[in-house]
Parts: sequence; C-alpha cells; structure tokens
Amino acid sequence: MTALETAVDTLLEHADDGPVAFDGIRLESDGEETYTLSTPTIERDGLEAAVLRDVLTGLDDLEPYVRNWYHWQVRTGGEGTARRAFLRWCEHAPRSTDETQGAEPGDESLTPPERDAALETGIDREWGQLAITARFLDNDDPNGERVYDCWHVDDADTALEELEVLDEPRDARKIATTDEDGRYRPLKTAPTLRSGWAFTGLSGQELVDTVGFIYPATIANWHREQRGNLDVDHWVDTAARQTGIYDVIDELPREALNWLAEACCVDSQCLRRREWEYDAGDDLEPAGGDGPFPCREPCSLVVAAARKWAILESETEKTYELELTTSEWNQLADLIDAVADGRVDDIREADVNDGANRYRARYLRAKRFDDGELDARERSE
Amino acid sequence: MQALVIAAHGSHLNPDASDPTYAHADTVRETGAFDEVRETFWKEEPHFREVIRTLESEEIFVVPLFISEGYFTEQVIPRELRLEGWNPEKWDSDGTSATEVTLEVGDAEKTVHYCGPVGTHDSMTDVIVQRAETVTGDHDVGEGVGLAVVGHGTDRNENSAKAIEYHTERIRERDRFDAVQALFMDEEPEVDDVTEYFETDDIVVVPLFIADGYHTQEDIPEDMGLTDDYRLGWDVPSTVDGHRIWYAGAVGTEPLLADVLLERASDAGATLGDALERIRRDTTHNDAGAPESDSSHARTNGKPVTDS
Repeated sequence: MTALETAVDTLLEHADDGPVAFDGIRLESDGEETYTLSTPTIERDGLEAAVLRDVLTGLDDLEPYVRNWYHWQVRTGGEGTARRAFLRWCEHAPRSTDETQGAEPGDESLTPPERDAALETGIDREWGQLAITARFLDNDDPNGERVYDCWHVDDADTALEELEVLDEPRDARKIATTDEDGRYRPLKTAPTLRSGWAFTGLSGQELVDTVGFIYPATIANWHREQRGNLDVDHWVDTAARQTGIYDVIDELPREALNWLAEACCVDSQCLRRREWEYDAGDDLEPAGGDGPFPCREPCSLVVAAARKWAILESETEKTYELELTTSEWNQLADLIDAVADGRVDDIREADVNDGANRYRARYLRAKRFDDGELDARERSE
Repeated sequence: MQALVIAAHGSHLNPDASDPTYAHADTVRETGAFDEVRETFWKEEPHFREVIRTLESEEIFVVPLFISEGYFTEQVIPRELRLEGWNPEKWDSDGTSATEVTLEVGDAEKTVHYCGPVGTHDSMTDVIVQRAETVTGDHDVGEGVGLAVVGHGTDRNENSAKAIEYHTERIRERDRFDAVQALFMDEEPEVDDVTEYFETDDIVVVPLFIADGYHTQEDIPEDMGLTDDYRLGWDVPSTVDGHRIWYAGAVGTEPLLADVLLERASDAGATLGDALERIRRDTTHNDAGAPESDSSHARTNGKPVTDS
C-alpha cells in the first residue's frame, strides 16, 4: 500500500465518524453511503466509497490536501498545543483564529498545494538567531512527512561540510552554554549564540526540543502571546513577591527602573521584547525593543542585578573635586562606553587614539591614581 | 501523559552548576518512563516560573534537586511554580520526611505532584555509600574504613543538618564502615578536624551537596588540609595527619542519584514500569570498582592531581 493509500484509508475512517474539514479539504458522509468532497477547486457529491477512494488517490489536485491532512491530524496531533502551533508557523500553515490574535500583520498563510511546492525546496523561518528550514523528508517518494533543519542565521551561506552536524536535541545545550569566546551565557536569549553547527533532519518534536534547549520557554510564551493571553507580571508584582536576599529589590527607586531597563532589557542585550512595565498602566521610559520573543516578567538576571542596584542606590550622592585635563575627562566617557558596549576586546593594542585603549587606561591610572584609587577630594558643603 | 520536572538551583556565574541536573535528567530520559523530562532552575532557564507551561503532560511530578527541606523547597519553588494552596505543613514533615503533595498551578490546567527533595529520600543513603565505592574503586569498601558525611551546617537551615545526620545514622546502622560521622563546614563537629573523629587509616569523605562548586572544590579540600591551594588540586587519597583521605566531591554527581529522582516520582504515584530496576542496573556498580567513565572524574574532581 502506498503512503497515499494509507492516508486515504485513514481519512475515510475519520469521515465515517463525522465531517472532516482541514486546511481547505472537506469530506462528509451524507448518511446514505455516499460522500461529499470539496476543496477550493473541486466540488463533488454523491460519491460512493469506492469512487471516492479512486478520486482521492487518483486526482493530483487532491494529493496535497490528503497528505497535509494526514501529516497534521494523524502524524503530528497535539491540537491546541504550542508545539503544533510552532510547527505550523514554521511552514506558514494557517492557524486557528484564536491562535493568531497576536500574529504579525502580513504573515500570510499558504494553502496545502503552495506548501507542497515550497516544502520540496524548504521553507525558511527565523527564530531569534536560529534559521529553521521545514522540508519534506523524501522528495522522491513524498508522503507528506516533514523534517527540520536548524542552524545559526550567520551560517545561512555556509556549506554544511564546514559545520558541526548534529542530530540529538540535547547537543543544543552545549551550544547555548558559551559564546564564541567560550564565555558562559547565563542569559539564553542574549544575542550571543555561537555559530558553526547545524541540526539536520529533525522530527517536529526534536525541533521543538532543540529550540527549547537554546531558547527555553520561548515557544510556550509566543503561543500564549499569539492567542492573546500572555500573562505579564510587571515589576511591582515581581519585586513584591521576592524573599531572602532579593527582598530588597522593591526598594529600587522608580527612576532607577528606567536605567535598569536601558542597561539590560534592550535589543542589543536580549532578544526578548520587554512586555512588563513598572506596573499596569505605568510604563517605563525605554522602549520594550523589537525582539521576537515576548518577555513576560523580569528575569532572574534582572532580579539579581536589581538587588545590587537597590543596595547601591541607597548610598547618598557626594561631590568630588579632582584634576583632569579635558581629554582625560573625555577619556572617562570613552572607558565607560567601551565596557558598556562590550567593545573592549575589539580595541587594537596600539590604537592609542582610542580613549579605552589599554595603554591609555594604564597611563591614566599611573598619572591620576593614588593608592589604587582615583585621586580626588570629597567636597564638604 | 506524565512529565518529570527536576528543579535545581543553577548559576548565573558557573556553567558547571547545572551539569548534574542535565546528567540525571538524561539518565531518566533514556528509561522512557516519562513522556517529558524537563530541567528547571532558579538561576537559569527555563526558570521555575515558566517551566510548567512548556509541558504538554497533564500530570507533572516536580522533584527538587536539593539536599534538604528549607527555604528553596518550602518557599521559593512552590511560589515560583504558582502551586495553589501550598503550605509547608502539607508535607507534614519533621524536616526530613516530606514525600509529596498534589496541587494545581495558577498558570496552566495541570496537576502537579510536588515531591520532597532528593537529599532526604531514604535511597539517598545508597547514593552516599555508592559514592564511597566510586571514589575508592572498591565495591566492598567499609571494613577498616571510616566514612564522613559532610554538610553545610545549621547557620542557614536546621533541616540541612538533619538530612546529614539522618543518612549518617542510617549508614551507621548498616554496620558496614568502622565509623560513620556527620561533619559540617560552619559548626561542630567541623570538617577541619576530620582526622580527629576516626581511628581508621582510611577515611572516605562524602559532601552532601548537589553540584561541585565553591564549597566542595575550594572550601572543604582546603579546610581538611588536602591542599594548601585548591587551584593546585589534590590527590585521592591524600595523606593528612597519618590518615588517607578519600575525598569524593559532591554526592549529587553520582549517577545513582537519578534513581532517587525516580523513587521520588514513584512514591508520588508516577507510573514507571521497569524504569527503576533499569536505572539501578545502569547506575550501580556491577562488579568491584567504579564505572570507568566515572572514576577519572571522581579521582581528581576535575582538578589536576598533584604529585605530592
């Protein structure tokens, strides 16, 4: 029995239990051992079972619909789950209206015949720094089964032979742990995912697991957002429920939250889009960013950093007097900018024109430090 | 469908902190006993707060990968999981006897079986003993050997010491080691004085910690005099005051700990088939000596071994 015949038999069994309507195909028993079949281009009724079977297996126009139905309704299942919605998104398949309330405008869905053609060469999507391709497992003997490839967007033009090829989702943990320089990535959605690897031929579940290891919980929260029911916890709620050493974070001044958001929760630092604010109806000044994944509450890194700032902000401000040339004053700004923008390692060793150059910093320290501290006097007023 | 969620501390600074969590999760995955197995962390992702929504299973067994009942198991994890109606009294525990409580969560239509931590389960006693076997490479270790079970101490949580003493007493009752002693980092009896508590030449030291980190890889080896500087590593065994100290490193890295995770879920009603027997078979020493892949790590605890 061919894959198509198996799909048709299964479809007929389902039609006997009730009307089938899925992605453009509709099949219904009329109770007198005949059936009504329709797609956007075909309308047939009064079909006896044997004729219906011949039509379904014989008409090329119907094949994409049957294979599509079998893949999603039998092979994939998981009606209403984030897994299914994500895999449908991967190939621009239509999703139910309650699953697209938060969808981007212009994200048009494709019909089964359109997707059939596209899946032969592969449908590309991006999920953060991941490039995902959905394609047919076997183009020569297509049965509708999809497999997925997943790699870094920066490797889009890199030959597979040059990449570390992986097929076990758990291998993604290692990829997500350190950046290109081998430094630990405590924030999985930091835009520092290293490249040089490729998962190929993943099943749908394996793709979801792989994405789950690289960007944990992003599919679940995206799905909630798509359905319009993302549960956002604003700063005041998250701060209020902390205990232990984090109990102090609700003492962080309101204006400091703006600086915190500007420091941590912007596109250059995190692929998540901040949906939480100071409180409902009380927005923070910085924009939430354009990240692809919704951020529904301050993460553990923000909470830990907020603790530090809550303690630091309890200090009183003082005025200091110290001697600096104009260039030295400007150099302080260069140094802060270089650290804040993460470009310290990019400054060339001999580039003494850059205020954050190591020799420039060492010279300033040699000249202006006394006993390991900037030589300054506290001004008493 | 049923899922196992392993709730651990994790770290913002140290990528190794989650290694035992992942290792034990993978061991459980390979049994196929659960439709889903998920790691979740206080300091890593997925965070406790967002883990339940990542699961399709209706029945979820949450096992804290923590040593004792206390702040994390009683306050932080239940709060962040949004366990509805949670109260530590629901565990009806004396500090080491929590089993499970079944509750709903606030952000999904799921049933959560919230289990006691791995550290206080009776089968943890076996893990400590197996850790001693692993570090000595002797399946029958015991005769002529003393065993020290090391904990943090009571400055942070009195249940922490209770868990140490509970297993110490259980091992003592087996009459396998010449002596079994609970020692602590921050209170009497102190691990610094380890050799004063044993008359045997050989002393196996097993810290009851989940992951190797600052305490197990820096503090304790230096406190016991295994090395003057943890960065230089230490021998296993090392000779201190005429005793040979077999320092095991964190008990939480022992493969058999995966068995405790399953036992916790089983006690809470998970359907496991033959997974328990299979995990015991795969993570228990079948013959004398430690599994090859394991012993090299245990002998050096990931640190260089000096030639002293």
